[in-house]
This record gives sequence, structure tokens and C-alpha cells, in this order.
Amino acid sequence: MLEIKNLHVKLEEEDKQILKGVNLTVEAGKVHAIMGPNGSGKSTLSYVLSGRDGYEVTEGSATLEGEDLLEAEPEERAAAGLFLAFQYPVEIPGVGNMTFLRTALNAQRKARGEEEISATDFLKLVREKAKTLKIDAEMLKRPVNVGFSGGEKKRNEILQMAVLEPKMCILDETDSGLDVDAMKLVSDGVNALRDEGRGFLVITHYQRLLDHIKPDVVHIMANGRIIKTGGPELALEVEKNGYADILAEDA
Amino acid sequence: MQSPKVALRARKDEATEARLATLTLPETGGWLDGLRADALSRVRAMALPGPRDEYWKWTRPETLISPDVTPAALFKDDEPPMFDEVDRLKIVFTSGKFDAEASDDLSLEGLTIERLAEAGATDLHWARDLYGTLETNGQTPVERPLAALNTAFATDGVLIRVTGKVSKPVSLIYRRESEASEAILHHVVKVEQGGEMTLLENGPAAARFNKVLEVEVADEAAFHHVRTQARDHERRAATHIFARLGRESVFKSFTVTMNGVLTRNDCVIELTGDDAVAHVAGAALGDGDFHHDDTVFVTHDAVNCESRQVFKKVLRNGAVGVFQGKILVKEGAQKTDGYQISQSLLLDDDSQFLAKPELEIYADDVACSHGSTSGAIDETALFYLRSRGVPTDQATNLLTLAFLAEALQEIDSEELSGLILARLEGWLERRRG
Repeated sequence: MLEIKNLHVKLEEEDKQILKGVNLTVEAGKVHAIMGPNGSGKSTLSYVLSGRDGYEVTEGSATLEGEDLLEAEPEERAAAGLFLAFQYPVEIPGVGNMTFLRTALNAQRKARGEEEISATDFLKLVREKAKTLKIDAEMLKRPVNVGFSGGEKKRNEILQMAVLEPKMCILDETDSGLDVDAMKLVSDGVNALRDEGRGFLVITHYQRLLDHIKPDVVHIMANGRIIKTGGPELALEVEKNGYADILAEDA
Repeated sequence: MQSPKVALRARKDEATEARLATLTLPETGGWLDGLRADALSRVRAMALPGPRDEYWKWTRPETLISPDVTPAALFKDDEPPMFDEVDRLKIVFTSGKFDAEASDDLSLEGLTIERLAEAGATDLHWARDLYGTLETNGQTPVERPLAALNTAFATDGVLIRVTGKVSKPVSLIYRRESEASEAILHHVVKVEQGGEMTLLENGPAAARFNKVLEVEVADEAAFHHVRTQARDHERRAATHIFARLGRESVFKSFTVTMNGVLTRNDCVIELTGDDAVAHVAGAALGDGDFHHDDTVFVTHDAVNCESRQVFKKVLRNGAVGVFQGKILVKEGAQKTDGYQISQSLLLDDDSQFLAKPELEIYADDVACSHGSTSGAIDETALFYLRSRGVPTDQATNLLTLAFLAEALQEIDSEELSGLILARLEGWLERRRG
């Protein structure tokens, strides 16, 4: 599904190398988790994959189902099936949540040569998905993320994911700022989307999210590289001992 | 040797006389003649605006006062005219003259309508007391000579007296037939106590258009105004609204402007009765050779009144936007709630927004706020939309409409704001990619 090879990335503004050769393959139907200390490059990886400005790829490649991602515009990556759940979802005053969702869905469909969804079908689709995430009609009517609590913003990200049905989902610290109940709700939303055709890359600091979203593979990232890969037990090890041991192993 | 000030005045007088030489006072007769003559002497006393005048610093008045009209190409498009879908009473002005054939029968329950061109002969005491009166009041503290010129030389217009709650909008529709046309129209509206009406305006009036609208809103009366200025990219227009508000009255005016080489919209509002509400708002979209100036003056002269000025401009390809807005709170106008915001969205580095927000307050128990901003599209929001699959140009349009939303909210009627929104979308859509 997602294949990242020897990815080197530096900041455009300053000559600072952030990713120093990332290799990672996420298969369809699998959930991969990336853990790592602050500043290891986890979020940069998600931004580079989704096409945010400010980063320069100096070496390596990233493909989604064999198609090059790095040359594509962010909207093309989205239409190809990539989705990033933001660590800090953006507030957009003046744009209604429903308008935003419908515009996004129809833009993706159009890019793929599919018919636009009718207003009625769209409403039905959103209501159904919103219900399981406990997003009420009032939240759907409000401008995108404006006045939403931290938990509401993250639920809104998962709602977008559920409506857009991407092939490859990247969750960037989706657990940050969530209380236990919200984390459960968000995780349930993600788990409902687990499917053999869909890949997940879950970026997190803490093991607790992985109690809810059970990963198949866990990677430890440090200093711009993946330094260790293992099963779910690796996350537990980090939880118990911190990153020090693993970092020492790598050194 | 002449002092610079005297020389400046001499140049203004010269320009004024050159302009006046091209005009003749219309022979509308009766009570209008005296009012026109008064207005003409006021024009001479003030002189027409010059580029050194304080409120003409950012908008060049030359082409608005020159003896000759700069021709403007007739605009062709296949969109139906604005407000076509609305159930309304249509009053059409073709080339600056009332067009009876194209207009509806001028009768509607709750109001009477007279033509200015025919009104002189009839003793319309209410109109006689109002014509040029609000305009004259509006000349202090800031002179507006183009409005006095209009009072003197207006060839036509409507005099509307509202005595009840009118069931549908009255719609003034302007049409033009030649490239070098000029029109001077003057409308007067009096909404009597408890009355309520909506006035719509749209259509290209002339290559050069000078229009005055005087509105008296009596106690407990309401006046709603929605107009579009569009479909004539090369027009030059100077318009004035003068409104006087009584106790517990409501005045709401919204203008959408799309393109136009030069548009100057003055709005002068005086709140004279307690608990009155005045909202004036505008959305202007300019692409290329576009200069748009909103000059607003709101005077609070009563207790517990509310005023709002909300102006948004979207500018690209070198378009220029101007906002000069003032809130004056007179002594004793306690509990005033005044709000003013002017904002521009600059879609490229070539466009310009010039703003002069002013507050002058002589009462100590008031809440007044004002703000003015210029900015580009929010890159973070743009990326967020793109990351969800919305292409850059479509995302930009979505964010542009979001920027305009606060101004559009000033339109009370959902039907009308929906129609305006559709036009804004169309304008943006045509400029995609």
C-alpha cells in the first residue's frame, strides 16, 4: 500500500536534515504504529507524505499503490486515497462543516472520474457516520472546527476519514489532548474503518492509544530514522522502559 | 502673488464651471425649481471635489467631474439579471429616464410612488420637505459636492412614501443603451411611522452615473436596501445614501459590487431617535482595473442606538479598495453601540487596500469598536482543504466566500442573501484556474 524508501528530508528554510533515510512499508489491511521521542521526525514524516510546504525531499521515494506521492499536489494525494488526520486540526471560520465535507468528497470523486454524490445521499452518508462518532447535527452545521473542543476536533477528523474512505490513513498524534472517553470514541471510529483494503499508520507518543487501536507492527523512530521494528510488544516495552534502552542499542 | 490655497480654489472653481457648463437645470417646475437652484448655489460655494480634498485623497475625482464622459463598453453576458427570481415591483430606468413600458404598474398596497420628473407640478409636501434636505444636512462636517450637483441636475428618480408594511420589494432596475451615456438620478423615500419596505437596485445605469438616495425612516419604521453594482466593468459611479432615523427605527443597507473602473459609494446616516438601528454593509470584488471606495459617516445623536459598518473587499490583479468610515457619537448619545470593520483579502501582491477608520466620541457611556485588516489567503487553511482533496483554486474560492460571509450575514432576507451568494460564487468561479 504505502512504500517509503530511504526518505531524506530537510527543512526548506534552513539547512536542517529531519529525515535521514526512512524505510517503511505499510501493507493493505495492516495497522502500523510509529513511536518515538520528541523531535524524532514522526510529524515531519506525516507532513511530507501529505504534501505540506516547507520541506525538501533530498533523497528517496514514497509511493501509494505504486504511484509516486512526492511529486503530486496535496489534493492529488488525497484523491489517490491518502488521508492525514491532523495533530492540530485547522479552524476555518465561514466554511460550514457540511459544505467542507461535501466539497472535499465531490472534488475527490471528480478527480477519480466518478459521479458527484447527490445532496440527499450525502446527507444520509454523513448522518450515519456522524452518529457512531457521537457528532450531533449542531456540530455538523458549525464552521469547520470553530469553537470545537480538542476532542470534538479529533472526532471531526475521524468523521472526515469515514466519509472520504481513504485507502491509506495516517493519524498524527490523534490521542493528544484527548481524555479517556474521547480516546475510546475516536479509537472505535478508527477500528470501524479497519478493513483488508486499507492501511493505517498511527503516530503516537504513548502506548495507551495502541491499547485501543491494536497495531500489527510497531516502529520506533529516532533521529530521523526507524531504528527498531517489532510487534505490539515493542510498544509495551517503550511504555515500561522509555526510549533510552532502544536508543542505546542503536548507538 | 496668489497663495497656494487661493490658487487651489481657483483651479477647483474652474473645473466646477467647466462641468456646470455641460449641464442644464431640468425644467421639472413647481417646488423643485427653487430646491434645484439652492443646490446649484451650494455646488458653487463648495466647488466640485479636487484631488487635494481630504476625503478624495485615495480616489481621484477627475473622471467623475470632467465635462466629458469617458465611454464605457456595454457589458454582455448570458446570466439573467439580478433579482429576476424575486417577486417585486419593477421600476425601470433606461438611459437615465423612467421607462414606463418596461416597468410594472406603480401601485402597491402601503406605498405611493411618484416620478421625480413629474413631481414638480404636484404639491407633494412630504417630498418637498425632504428633497435635498437630508443631502444638505449630510454636507457637514464633510462636504459632498457631487451629491449637491445631483440634487440640482437630477433628471429623474422616484419619490416613494411608505405608509404601511409593504408586501414585496420595490426594485429599481437600471439599463443603459449607449457607451457614452450619463445618468443623474435622485430618489427619495419616506417610511412613515410603523411602515416597512425593501428597496432593491441593480443594473448598469450609465457609463457615468451619479445617484442620490435620501431616506427618512420615521419612528418604529424599517427600511431595507439591497443593491448590486455589476455587469458594467468600465462604469464610473458616484452614489450617495443619506438616511435619517427616528425612534426605534431600523435601516439596513447592503451593497455588492463586482468590478467597475471607479465606484465611490458614500453613505451618511444620522440616528436622531432613541433605540434606532443602522447597519450598512458591503462586499466588493475587483479584478484588474478596479477602484472601489466606501465612504461612510454614521452620526449617533440619540440614546441607546446601534450602528454597524461591515465592509469586505476581495482584490486581485492590481485592484484597489478604499474604506473611509467614521462613527461620530454626539454629546448625550449615551449607550451607543457602534461597530465598524473593514477588511480586505488581497489575492496577489499587486492589489491595494487603503483604510481610514475613525471614531469621534463625545459621550462617556458608549461601546464603540472598530477594526481594519488586510491579508492574504490563510495558507494553513488552504493546505487543510487541499489535504482533503479540494484543488487549490476551489479551496481559494471557498476561503474567499468565507471571508465575505460576515458581510453577507447583514442581509436579513435569506432569499436575497442566497441570490447574492450565488452571484459571488459565479464571479469567483469564472476566475478559477
